[in-house]
Amino acid sequence: MGATRHPVAGRDGLAVLDAEEIRRALTRIAHEILERTHGGGEVVLLGIPTRGVPLARRLAARIGEFEGLEVPCGSLDVTMHRDDLRLRPARALGRTDLPASGVDGKTVVLVDDVLYSGRTVRAALDALTDPGRPQAVQLAVLVDRGHRELPIRADYVGKNLPTSQREVVHVLLAEVDAQDAVMISDEGK
Amino acid sequence: MKRHLISAADLSRGDALLILDTAEELASLADRPIKKLPTLRGRTVVNLFFEDSTRTRISFEAAAKRLSADVINFSAKGSSVAKGESLKDTALTLEAMGADAVVIRHSASGAAHRLAGWVRGSVVNAGDGTHEHPTQALLDAFTIRRRLVGRGGLGGRGGLGGKASPQDRGDPGGSSPRGGTALDGIRVTIVGDVLHSRVARSNVLLLSTLGAEVTLAAPPTLLPLAVDTWPCAVSYDLDTELPKSDVVMMLRVQQERMTAAYFPSVREYSRRYGLDAARMARLPEHAIVMHPGPMNRGVEIAAEVADSVRSTIVEQVANGVTTRMAVLYLLLGGTEFPEVAP
Repeated sequence: MGATRHPVAGRDGLAVLDAEEIRRALTRIAHEILERTHGGGEVVLLGIPTRGVPLARRLAARIGEFEGLEVPCGSLDVTMHRDDLRLRPARALGRTDLPASGVDGKTVVLVDDVLYSGRTVRAALDALTDPGRPQAVQLAVLVDRGHRELPIRADYVGKNLPTSQREVVHVLLAEVDAQDAVMISDEGK
Repeated sequence: MKRHLISAADLSRGDALLILDTAEELASLADRPIKKLPTLRGRTVVNLFFEDSTRTRISFEAAAKRLSADVINFSAKGSSVAKGESLKDTALTLEAMGADAVVIRHSASGAAHRLAGWVRGSVVNAGDGTHEHPTQALLDAFTIRRRLVGRGGLGGRGGLGGKASPQDRGDPGGSSPRGGTALDGIRVTIVGDVLHSRVARSNVLLLSTLGAEVTLAAPPTLLPLAVDTWPCAVSYDLDTELPKSDVVMMLRVQQERMTAAYFPSVREYSRRYGLDAARMARLPEHAIVMHPGPMNRGVEIAAEVADSVRSTIVEQVANGVTTRMAVLYLLLGGTEFPEVAP
């Protein structure tokens, strides 16, 4: 996803969410998932690499805390299903790791860090067709920054962040980047 | 990555690790009910085989088909080549048909290199004479890594507990290692007919790039002249090498390429350089036995060794499809390479 390239150390970005706010947003999303899925019994969380995966794991941990429920959690790499593969040199693949219980008949909640054009999510929906037939697919994102190019929306949003297309949103997570923050910077300069 | 895969020497350590890591991710596809990805839809892969080969051709064909590419098989027998067409004219025909990749197997060393100058698509060398067979080396490295180093990539198959490396997402060039492990310090002994073996040459180059310590064990007559310039050690005595090997790779005695008497008799060769149960017992506990196939049971490898749990021979075939998928994806999956002037 173009929106989350490497954060550059020392870049003068503007933090729009700090660690506490990310924690609260995830707590709220976890509650919303439980509410919308009537207790989360048939839920499978699938994170989209890279940063969707730790987010999915955190949501699973929260749901476990609240309801004592162990939600199956995995990852779904969408690289091979992207529509922009030919625009760039071949890129490295992420890991696909579906829970042993499978996705048939489950409510799959896709988890990603930033929702932007919607193309990653479209690729994820394609990637989901081969492993099984979920009963429903929902989408949870930490940041929705607008500028959709496809008719896709998120079911659970951590924060709506109106941005200009010149700007770049970086989500930093402790598991990957050693700190939790959402930064926004102007790539134009 | 370069545009063609002609020699294992074309691969930097980063390229090689990228291929192995990609293969690692693709390996999970084999466990799924639908073993297909849409990535190379609309791309054409031509298998151009001037030399008999079953496993390599089928392996490339399966790899291309699992990535949804169109596959055209071209074998020299019963084709225009049998009527006397030159390699160049065949290449121009393929070019006109719009091949995005050509997988070539040829009895002449250097054929793949020549072909790369004539076609616009990517050329993958599937064995040229006694020169190289880079995808075999890649699948061997992949097999060694899976068996002895543990799965590379992002912290093992468990995935959930693994730590994603920060380099994971960026680098559109895709040329940097993603934290996958190499083969540093693994001791590999390659045994037998090195002289006629393209597998040995590609393996020596690739495995040393990946940090393994390679030793060739062969009779002096079956070692190439310039072997002292290769990045490996040489020994004439298999028995002293076995106890310090993590991997033993047996090579087929290629009688069809032998134009002179390289050893007194098959029996004597087998007694000195063949791997039988007694020799296998001298290997360390964890060591594995590899063979690129096809095997001559009873010559370089005894049947009980080939069928033992240490043997990775069948695994190598399965890993071949996965590794070749990774190669085709990395060569064809991204942007087209800038066109070169004809």
